[in-house]
Amino acid sequence: MALLEIKDLCVAVEDNEILKDISISIGKGETHVLMGPNGAGKSTLGNALMGNPSYRVTKGRIFFNGLDIKDESPDRRAKAGMFMSFQNPLEIPGISLSSFIRNAIILQTGQKIKLTEFRKSLSDNMKLLSFDSAYKDRDLNVGFSGGEKKKAEILQMLMLKPKFAILDETDSGLDVDAVRTVSEGIREYQKQKDGALLIITHSTRILDSLSVDRTHILVKGRIVASGDGSLVDEVNLNGFEKYM
Amino acid sequence: MEKERTEVDELDRSIYDFRYEEKDFYRVREGLTEEIVLEISKEKNDPEWMRKKRLEALKIYNELKVPDWGPDISGLNIDDIVTYVRPNTAMKGSWDEVPEDIKNTFERLGIPQAERKSLAGVGAQYDSELVYHNVKDEVSELGVVYTDMESALTGEYEQMVRDHFMKLVPPTDHKFAALHGAVWSGGSFVYVPPGVRVDIPLQSYFRLNAAGAGQFEHTLIIVSEGAELHFIEGCSAPKYNVANLHAGCVELYVGKNAKLRYSTIENWSKNMYNLNTKRAICEEGGIIEWISGSFGSHVSYLYPSSILKGDDSHAEFTGITFAGSGQNLDTGAKMVHIGKRTSSFINTKSISKAGGISTYRSSVIITEGAVDSKASVSCASLMLDDISRSDTVPAMDIRTDRADVGHEAKIGRISDDAVFYLMSRGIPEEDAKAMIVSGFADPVSKELPLEYAVEMNNLIQLEMKGAIG
Repeated sequence: MALLEIKDLCVAVEDNEILKDISISIGKGETHVLMGPNGAGKSTLGNALMGNPSYRVTKGRIFFNGLDIKDESPDRRAKAGMFMSFQNPLEIPGISLSSFIRNAIILQTGQKIKLTEFRKSLSDNMKLLSFDSAYKDRDLNVGFSGGEKKKAEILQMLMLKPKFAILDETDSGLDVDAVRTVSEGIREYQKQKDGALLIITHSTRILDSLSVDRTHILVKGRIVASGDGSLVDEVNLNGFEKYM
Repeated sequence: MEKERTEVDELDRSIYDFRYEEKDFYRVREGLTEEIVLEISKEKNDPEWMRKKRLEALKIYNELKVPDWGPDISGLNIDDIVTYVRPNTAMKGSWDEVPEDIKNTFERLGIPQAERKSLAGVGAQYDSELVYHNVKDEVSELGVVYTDMESALTGEYEQMVRDHFMKLVPPTDHKFAALHGAVWSGGSFVYVPPGVRVDIPLQSYFRLNAAGAGQFEHTLIIVSEGAELHFIEGCSAPKYNVANLHAGCVELYVGKNAKLRYSTIENWSKNMYNLNTKRAICEEGGIIEWISGSFGSHVSYLYPSSILKGDDSHAEFTGITFAGSGQNLDTGAKMVHIGKRTSSFINTKSISKAGGISTYRSSVIITEGAVDSKASVSCASLMLDDISRSDTVPAMDIRTDRADVGHEAKIGRISDDAVFYLMSRGIPEEDAKAMIVSGFADPVSKELPLEYAVEMNNLIQLEMKGAIG
């Protein structure tokens, strides 16, 4: 049984249908890549999977771990083991990055986490991401640069240990070094937690050092091609033109 | 999935909403006549000058009109309000001697614990009179006077009280200042001698227990040259079906190079008309800092004002207002620059939900002589739904071109994207919204002493529960 099963999914924003009949099946620990030109509807799929109320599922079903989650709220989806790294993470004043992560862990698991254990794990993961430890005491994303925001997203992923994570344009706006450290974090997630991934991207830089199981090409709201990791190289060479 | 739905307004406020039978108390009849004013004066053993002042104030009260520019107060009929209710006890200096039901009231509100932990002195007022008063010895030894107004009126500080009482807020100021002048009782008198710094805060707590009553406490604080003080005021009342009235008066005198911080957490019940007047005057180099949290009351008119009389004096006002269902809270601040190089900062946050109305109203006046002064106003409002309202009415009157004045106003709604972001991390909708509101309030909570910051956060959580559904 697949971990995530998307069946004939149609998604609308207000009255515009953006996604049409999307079917994707992602197994435990698998890494899938969703590529496509700007405006194809890639982020729409991520938001619909995570349950953003602005994105309305008009048809089709989403199963996670065998459960139909189409009508579940985003927090219930997160508790079930889903995660999304946002393209534009929001700034939340009044709560520090560290206490936010700790609160989220407690709310998701319903269990207290030992402070020493939490601090150690946070500090290890921040090191892995070359993320200045001073940021843990700063208000969540407030005044963070683009790169720091993305690192904070990956840090949350590593700390919350989801079974499945959507990375929405995590590489956009990052310089070469930042892409490398963020990839490092993603590899750690693949390796250590056996986590499944849907990586949404319109470039391929972030994929250079990652192993990819499946690639899907999304154009004008439809999946026009699917293949293994080699499809990434093909797109790299020829672009999306032949699918348009 | 079943959403948690709570009826907030009455149910969850139970920590404030309990009340005790009012038995064997002395209370005057409802309404306001010369006879009643004289009865209060006699009951309180006023000196002659105070008796005269009360009668003058009554005359002014009868001449003045009810304000017509703010929230509707036609639900308030002074003929139904009892202006004086004396609890059946004299003021105690030891907590053990306070009568059981009154003691229980304050213990449920956490007052004695707070005193033991972090306060230099406490006064607790129940209805019209202070029932408990205690100041730590080390504070008294510094020459600091912290006592109830009645004792101050007849003791060795009588002349000082007479020189200051309702001089800053004269009864002619507005109708409810006049009412206060006629029927005031209870409250605190604080005097800090020159150069004395009181490191730990003094606190007074006002509790109105009686139904259909008014509370008219008077707070008079004099901080002498080079001295420093932090004074905290807390207020609460249980909910009755009849209107209650709070028309207190706070007068603060900040001496040359002195500093006073005045913090308030007001959590009156939601049938209270809170028509309170607070004013401070600063001499040369003096500093006044107001911290103000308004959560309760049915209607509030509250604009603490600072008169920057001395050169280089400075005022800061940091406030938060939270208006829920059935509440119309009109709050803000007033700054009057008179001295040269004076500066003032206003920073307020207001939140409205479930049909509540929150209005920010302020006035900054820079007089002709207040050259090289600076004033900055920043007000932000957050509306949690479509039926709530938020307005800002900032007025500025600048009479010199040698002044630096800034103003920034923001009105916003809680962002759906931010709620989704937090929910995607496993945080339920209610908690996500409470987190955003707490974050919005954070610049104010940071300014409060720890216990009060915790109380404020609890109040926000309380108000946010049931915000959805």
